[in-house]
Amino acid sequence: MAEAPVMVELEKVTKRFGSFEALKAVSLKVRLGERVIVCGPSGSGKSTLIRCINRLEPHDSGKILVEGIELSANAKKLAAVRSEVGMVFQQFNLFPHMTVLRNLTLAPMRVRGTSRAEAEALAMQLLKRVRIPEQAHKYPAQLSGGQQQRVAIARALCMKPRILLFDEPTSALDPEMISEVLDVMVELAREGMTMICVTHEMGFARQVADTMVFMDHGEIVESAPAKQFFEAPKSDRAKLFLSQILSH
Amino acid sequence: MTRFIKLALVLGLAAAVLGGCSGSNYSWGWYVVSPFDSRGASNITFLMSGFAFTISVALCAITISVIVGLLVALMGLSPNRVLRSANIAYVEFFRAIPMLVMVLWVYYGVPVLLDVRMGVFVAGVIALALCDSAFEAEIFRAGIQSIDHGQREAADALGLGYIDKMRYVILPQAIRRVLPPLGNQFVYMMKASSLLSVIGLTDLTRRANELVVTEYRPLEIYTFLVLEYLVLILVATWFVRRLERRMAAGDRNNRSAGGASRGPVQGADAAV
Repeated sequence: MAEAPVMVELEKVTKRFGSFEALKAVSLKVRLGERVIVCGPSGSGKSTLIRCINRLEPHDSGKILVEGIELSANAKKLAAVRSEVGMVFQQFNLFPHMTVLRNLTLAPMRVRGTSRAEAEALAMQLLKRVRIPEQAHKYPAQLSGGQQQRVAIARALCMKPRILLFDEPTSALDPEMISEVLDVMVELAREGMTMICVTHEMGFARQVADTMVFMDHGEIVESAPAKQFFEAPKSDRAKLFLSQILSH
Repeated sequence: MTRFIKLALVLGLAAAVLGGCSGSNYSWGWYVVSPFDSRGASNITFLMSGFAFTISVALCAITISVIVGLLVALMGLSPNRVLRSANIAYVEFFRAIPMLVMVLWVYYGVPVLLDVRMGVFVAGVIALALCDSAFEAEIFRAGIQSIDHGQREAADALGLGYIDKMRYVILPQAIRRVLPPLGNQFVYMMKASSLLSVIGLTDLTRRANELVVTEYRPLEIYTFLVLEYLVLILVATWFVRRLERRMAAGDRNNRSAGGASRGPVQGADAAV
């Protein structure tokens, strides 16, 4: 893993919301094919961290490199980065006025200039992969939460991203729908997709993570190989967090 | 069809009110606008010839106004401070000027200032469109702002550029939401076009004024004018409602029926 090229690199990244410091000089390296799970108490800066990686939140200082491209206000570079980085949101954020199929084909057709036929073929292939090809012509609101989130994953995959970001993908789901989404994510992880995922699903984390990143108060408190993190967390805060989250 | 029944009821009510007003000594002379009287029939043709301008002025003005209003609204939502200031200046300025004043100013003022010749129709359309666009801008701004921020983020994350994001993601949802106030503005514009009679546009109001001068029957003629506007607005409203319903039909999939369709859809999923 150590030899694989670096896909995402954060160097002393700081992000403020007014006087609140959401990220305090955070540094992180993610390599090709690495599965990074970010965990930590709420308000610790996990979501801000991954939202900075495709500049949904512009950072205030420090450097973010995605495949060697430094994120700045430069619109051209930003577009290049965003088309390589897929994102799945907590609230799905599907486009409600479009069918599932159109949700999937819009970006490839408009951003990549893919033909409709080609985009639809890819979309159907991806819908099969997330196990809902029969929903292609429905509207998002006709689907269950779990199905919507799987559509959202397929939509992100349609751009053939090199990196996938997940921002608490199962937190808005009813409990019985969580596993259908996690199953899809496990499959993606097995296929070697580079993933950075914010989640509280520690079972899932144990299953797929190469690296666990534990955050608290805007800092990365601990970043360790998954096995080591779960079996022998170094910091007290991580120990406390794990005991709280795994105790029930 | 029920709408036509309602329309008939409204017209009947209006007639009954007028009939009931005969307590005064006024002796009605409905012959001036009676289709059964040869003079009345030609008067009616004359009065109704105003429809063409009333409708065409309103349609032209609302079209321009909606386009300008949308652009001004987008300026107001820009991260660029200069554009935002321009939006505020535009809205505050044009919202403050009474329509009639604007009509007079454009018709008499602009040709002098810019050394152009401008007909009544063009001047009227410009004046109405300018005044209305400030309101359209605020309607669009509210509509666009009401769209969940996640929609913008999803479009950004997919790499869609600003124009694609607006065209495919934000505006289709925003316009659906602001259709009722847009319809309102359209009706308002139909009525505001009557102001152009002042500068001589031969619209419904102007035709009525002209006929009053020759027939000396203002009450009957203006009553007919009221009914003309009433019919016009009811028909326009009918079209707006139909449009709303048609767009809501596409929307039904998104909101109201969303919950109801969950059960069977989940069932279908379980079968997979």
